[in-house]
Amino acid sequence: MKYLTIAAGLTLATMAQAETPTLTVYTYDSFVSDWGPGPAVEAAFEKTCDCDLKFVGAGDGAELLSRIRLEGSHTKADVVLGLDTNLTETARATGLFAPHAVASPEFNLPVEWQDDTFLPFDWGYFAFVYDKTKVTNPPESFHDLIASDLSIVIQDPRSSTPGLGLLLWVKSVYGGKAPEAWAGINRHIVTVTKGWSEAYGMFLAGEADMVLSYTTSPAYHLIAESDDTKAAAQFKEGHYMQIEVAAKVASTTQPALADAFLAFTASDAFQEIIPTTNWMYPAVTPKNGLPDGFGTLIQPDKALIYPGADVEEARDVALSEWLSVLSN
Amino acid sequence: MAERAFQLNRVSLAGAGALAVVLCLTAGTLTAVALRADSVGGLGPADWAAIRFTLLQASLSAFISVALAIPVARALARRDFAGRGLLLTLLGAPFILPVMVAVLGLLAVFGRNGIVSVALGQIGLDPISIYGLRGVLLAHVFFNLPLATRLILQGWQTIPAERFRLAAALGFSAGDVARILERPMLRAVLPGAFLVIFLICLTSFAVALALGGGPKATTLELAIYQAFRFDFDLGKAALLGTVQFALGASAALLAVRMTTAPGIGAGLGRQVLRWDARAGVLRLQDGVLILLAALFLVLPLFMIVKNGIPGLFHLPATVLWAAARSGVVALASAGLTLGLALPICALVVRRRASWAEAVGYLSIAASPLVMGTGLFIILNPVVNPSALALPVTALVNAAMSLPFALRAIAPALLDVEDHYGRLSDGLGITGMDRFRLVWLPRLRRPLGFSAGLAGALSMGDLGVIAMFADPEGATLPLQLYRLMAAYRMQDAAAAALLLLMMSLAIFWIFDRGGRGHADA
Repeated sequence: MKYLTIAAGLTLATMAQAETPTLTVYTYDSFVSDWGPGPAVEAAFEKTCDCDLKFVGAGDGAELLSRIRLEGSHTKADVVLGLDTNLTETARATGLFAPHAVASPEFNLPVEWQDDTFLPFDWGYFAFVYDKTKVTNPPESFHDLIASDLSIVIQDPRSSTPGLGLLLWVKSVYGGKAPEAWAGINRHIVTVTKGWSEAYGMFLAGEADMVLSYTTSPAYHLIAESDDTKAAAQFKEGHYMQIEVAAKVASTTQPALADAFLAFTASDAFQEIIPTTNWMYPAVTPKNGLPDGFGTLIQPDKALIYPGADVEEARDVALSEWLSVLSN
Repeated sequence: MAERAFQLNRVSLAGAGALAVVLCLTAGTLTAVALRADSVGGLGPADWAAIRFTLLQASLSAFISVALAIPVARALARRDFAGRGLLLTLLGAPFILPVMVAVLGLLAVFGRNGIVSVALGQIGLDPISIYGLRGVLLAHVFFNLPLATRLILQGWQTIPAERFRLAAALGFSAGDVARILERPMLRAVLPGAFLVIFLICLTSFAVALALGGGPKATTLELAIYQAFRFDFDLGKAALLGTVQFALGASAALLAVRMTTAPGIGAGLGRQVLRWDARAGVLRLQDGVLILLAALFLVLPLFMIVKNGIPGLFHLPATVLWAAARSGVVALASAGLTLGLALPICALVVRRRASWAEAVGYLSIAASPLVMGTGLFIILNPVVNPSALALPVTALVNAAMSLPFALRAIAPALLDVEDHYGRLSDGLGITGMDRFRLVWLPRLRRPLGFSAGLAGALSMGDLGVIAMFADPEGATLPLQLYRLMAAYRMQDAAAAALLLLMMSLAIFWIFDRGGRGHADA
């Protein structure tokens, strides 16, 4: 009898599980880590959706897109979260993503946003971060940086999102003169790393005066470590932006639930988690505003970004220029 | 006679099975990626530059590591001192560290803000800059000098004590010993040691880029990564993977052809006493060499320990769980490595099939990225890849450790069979009895070394797990990288220390177990 009860209990539990739909969201690895937004987002969404939200992590944003392309229409993903504006047009061209059915919210982005497929969930500016106790006279432009005797560590555009950001930043500021600018910048480069973590780790270990990162990086040190020695150098030419987006996968079997999740990404419940876990600006400022500490960050005068349609061409030209200047 | 034929078949069968696993993981995954590609492109000038740089840095790294390892191994072979066992264990450490941890440890010593530069600054000299080809070589020698030393030291240990005794009785000088006993041994050991290190450096990527100072230091593996991540050009990735594979295979065949049997003869396994090395100047020379090698290898480790200790006791529970998972993967990987290596060695020795050893080397010439992608393409339609994340990690790491295991076990087994093979055949000791009574006692040392190395290597590997892991199934190296990605460098340093301790522990347990008590 006892066994029967247990068996019945198991059966009921299995049935209950079967009735709860699962929404699979592919995202980049640091989003799902214990220190990223993933766990809190999962808990918050599951409170409202009567579903099981399952995150799958895959490398960084660009590897995420490669993963989806590798899986094609057989992918188990319902939603992809974490592509950025440098990837959206390539992603759209694959035909693997479907237009969303979400009423577009009022985004707090420095640029206009119109897109029927990709919805921003956070954004940031690339910047060079330095230690105020060591660098007392930070550069105010690329020109200053080139004329200074500061050392920098950057990331490789072929393997890193910030690395690609710097490539497009220099290209958007200098256009046809980018190779000359890179020749000047090259003299300051200690080394080029595979990813952000290596570069930032080397900067903290004192290998370089400045590191390519985000304007929001000092907020981490201020809020999580009560350390106000880190700052981002504000460049007069403006700062290149990264806007991170989410989209519904065309082959999803649960389009309604996927749309519900996309709508959720613009809600306060989601957006409040972003600043102190992903260390980026929320795409829609929550009604309680930004956390203390974000007020101290630099505010670039000019937001630079290539329109999605121009990114691929600019990227390929800029990469071959970068390679030829830095390889010699 | 029928019994013997059956035995040989069993040897062939098991060996073929192990080789099939290796071929599936290497050529199989490469084919899977190639088949999934839409088009096949050619190699551009940038790819040729990457090929040239890869060959240059791998050859130089292997050459320098082996050249430096010979005197260090000789010094270790003829000296016994307190702490020698500990030093031998620590010698395994650089090799098994996750690359980024090792790089930060190296930079803490040799970087612009490292202790060498700081010390130079205090006496008014400029700091050293290691970025460039020299940085790549420094890191690769740091990783591989210990491995080369261990492989060559094992060569020394195959020279029976009786030979040195006889040499002493005949009044041999150190030079005579080198000419008659040591050079033939080195001739047999060096090509393999060179090859293994060449193959390891062939697939280097993050280290080469970070210390190479920029895109000049683009290796083939980076070009493959670019093809996959940046261009999503699977045809290009497969083509570059094939080039890398072909380079590794050519090197493997060359080394196997160049390897000769030592032919020194069997001994009774008694303790080695070196009358030839008693001169004071030789003692001083060996002492200095051992000290320098120890400093070069231990200082960066010390910096990793120093940076990791503050956070060690505050590590989050999720990191500890990841450590437990890594421990299980490491044990599985150690077992799998022996399971693959022994049948292949048996095939090599009993069948005189040295080509089988060359096939066994191929796993390390294969691009980890191509292997991961290929496995993903093969497994994804059949089963959820993240459900297999840990078993796949254990298997891939076992395959990656195979070359070291083959290098350690095959010569020893050849020796055993040369000296005891006919006797065993005559006595009818075959099958499991042969394995248990004849092989196992004499292979303890290389088996322990191989298992320890495989376990420790897989403990620190990030490779394929990054492609397969789900959020809950992270291993320790993956958690370490996640901590770094979340700005938590202090916790990451502590996780690195934990990883270092666990890797060393697993290496020490197996290696010590293999060395037994008499000659530890």
